Amino acid sequence: MKMEKIKTVIRKEWAEVFKNRLVLSTIIFLPLLFTALPLIMLSVTGEAGSSDLTSEMPSQFTQLCPAGMSSGECFQVFMVGQMMLLFMISPLIIPVNIAAYSIVGEKTTRSLEPLLATPITTAELLLGKNLAAAVPAVGATWIAFLIYVVGASILVSSPEVMSALLDPMWWLAILLVGPLLAILSVNFSIMVSSRVNDPRVAEQLSAVVILPLLALFFAQLFGIILINRQIVLAIAAGLFVIDIGMVYMAIRLFQRETILTRWK
Amino acid sequence: MIKTEELTKRFGETLAVDRLSFHVNEGEVFGFLGPNGAGKTTTVRMLTSLISPTAGSAVVNGFQVGKEDKNIRRSVGILTETPGMYDNLSAEYNLRIFASLYEVKDIPGQVEKYLRMLGLWDRRFDEAGTFSKGMKQKLAIARALLHEPRILFLDEPTAALDPEAAHLVREFIAELRKAGRTIFLCTHNLDEADRLCDRIGVFKTHLLVIDSPANLRSQVFGRKVVFHLRQAQDGLAKEIMALTFVKDIKVVDNKLIVTLDDPENHNPEIIRVLVAAGADVQFVGELRHSLEDVYLHLVQNSG
Repeated sequence: MKMEKIKTVIRKEWAEVFKNRLVLSTIIFLPLLFTALPLIMLSVTGEAGSSDLTSEMPSQFTQLCPAGMSSGECFQVFMVGQMMLLFMISPLIIPVNIAAYSIVGEKTTRSLEPLLATPITTAELLLGKNLAAAVPAVGATWIAFLIYVVGASILVSSPEVMSALLDPMWWLAILLVGPLLAILSVNFSIMVSSRVNDPRVAEQLSAVVILPLLALFFAQLFGIILINRQIVLAIAAGLFVIDIGMVYMAIRLFQRETILTRWK
Repeated sequence: MIKTEELTKRFGETLAVDRLSFHVNEGEVFGFLGPNGAGKTTTVRMLTSLISPTAGSAVVNGFQVGKEDKNIRRSVGILTETPGMYDNLSAEYNLRIFASLYEVKDIPGQVEKYLRMLGLWDRRFDEAGTFSKGMKQKLAIARALLHEPRILFLDEPTAALDPEAAHLVREFIAELRKAGRTIFLCTHNLDEADRLCDRIGVFKTHLLVIDSPANLRSQVFGRKVVFHLRQAQDGLAKEIMALTFVKDIKVVDNKLIVTLDDPENHNPEIIRVLVAAGADVQFVGELRHSLEDVYLHLVQNSG
């Protein structure tokens, strides 16, 4: 495997993608939105002060509320915690736009055949396309999270609340689960993209990958599940295994001959 | 340079290429003619290791198709049916990408060489999407040549181009021919094939015939000589037909069209007979069938 070829594919993808305003706005707008929402939530719930809001929260969360934290602060941590999952959504959504277009876009512009005629291997090509889609998504998510951390430190005065908001669980989620989700999303999109002929269909089908995370988001919102360090680690371990399988499947399903000969 | 033996490709029940056997010599321009859907592109894709054969074998540049695909892809250049450029990127960047993928050592040098050679240097920073069809085609040819391949596969290089652009592309192919590059040319343009190719294979799922354009003409139609007379007299055709070497004769207005195997040796004798019979021979010329006539004859009679 030659790194120079992988880098060439990445540079080519970025040169193309960043000229596409729709994709560019997705990369910028979504993380900004997902940063703004928890900050707004912090600002709004901050006014709840010390009022008793225990009844508004799931009982298992109330039990986990750190000692010395008022119920209002605990509610604030709970509500912002709901929003933290949004930082998991952006590494899933952003690469879909890039990756779904990556193969099917080459099909529609008829540039895939000359590309496949070069001595590039399938693994080099797909790794390049993987990184080209995953790196901006993960980078944008991390930058957004840093903006959130800075914003939270300005808005929150209580050290207990700040400590709860920056629980290592969230760092783990952002730094580890985020990239794993991005890899999952990219490979799923590439698999879909290899099999369809229309970029819109590729995007729509690829968006299916977000459903499990949305289910988790709503499960936490309705108190069915409470995300903790163990769950995050379990998700990371599960995603790691799934990602290996997805990369393997993406390479196996990328049949050069089928892709070339089944063009419409 | 290229040698195929019983090369076959099936897509399910459809037989796309049937037991194709031929060879292409080094420095030769080989024309591959056939109607739409005949399997020309499939053959090119097999020979460039883009798809694998169902049966048979092929050796390209000394490398076995299906076993040494990476080496084949490294040693051949391909101009696909459509240019397939990255329209949002500049002409220069398009070439740099492919030069890197082909592991070209002097990327800036090679990119400049071919952009200049094809007259695109001044437009190098323009997006490929702003180029005319002819310019895009030239850019695609440059892309196929960046790594100095020993064999160049050109699939319909002048299709959909206006006459001026097609002329420019043809001129460039002629230059490549002079430079001794081996070229495998798929084309519908029979005039182009006639002018550029050393040998031609007419193909319709299987190979119908393979030879030089001149030999194909004489193989299919024989050689015909037209004798223009001031006035064709009755009985002249019979006298000529009586000559043992004359294979056929037709009288059209004041012209005698005589089919011969060896006009260079037989024409003087015919002229003597005509003059002796009192005919005024105004001039003599060989009737050249177009390659289109040859092609249509072969394809329509292939069943």
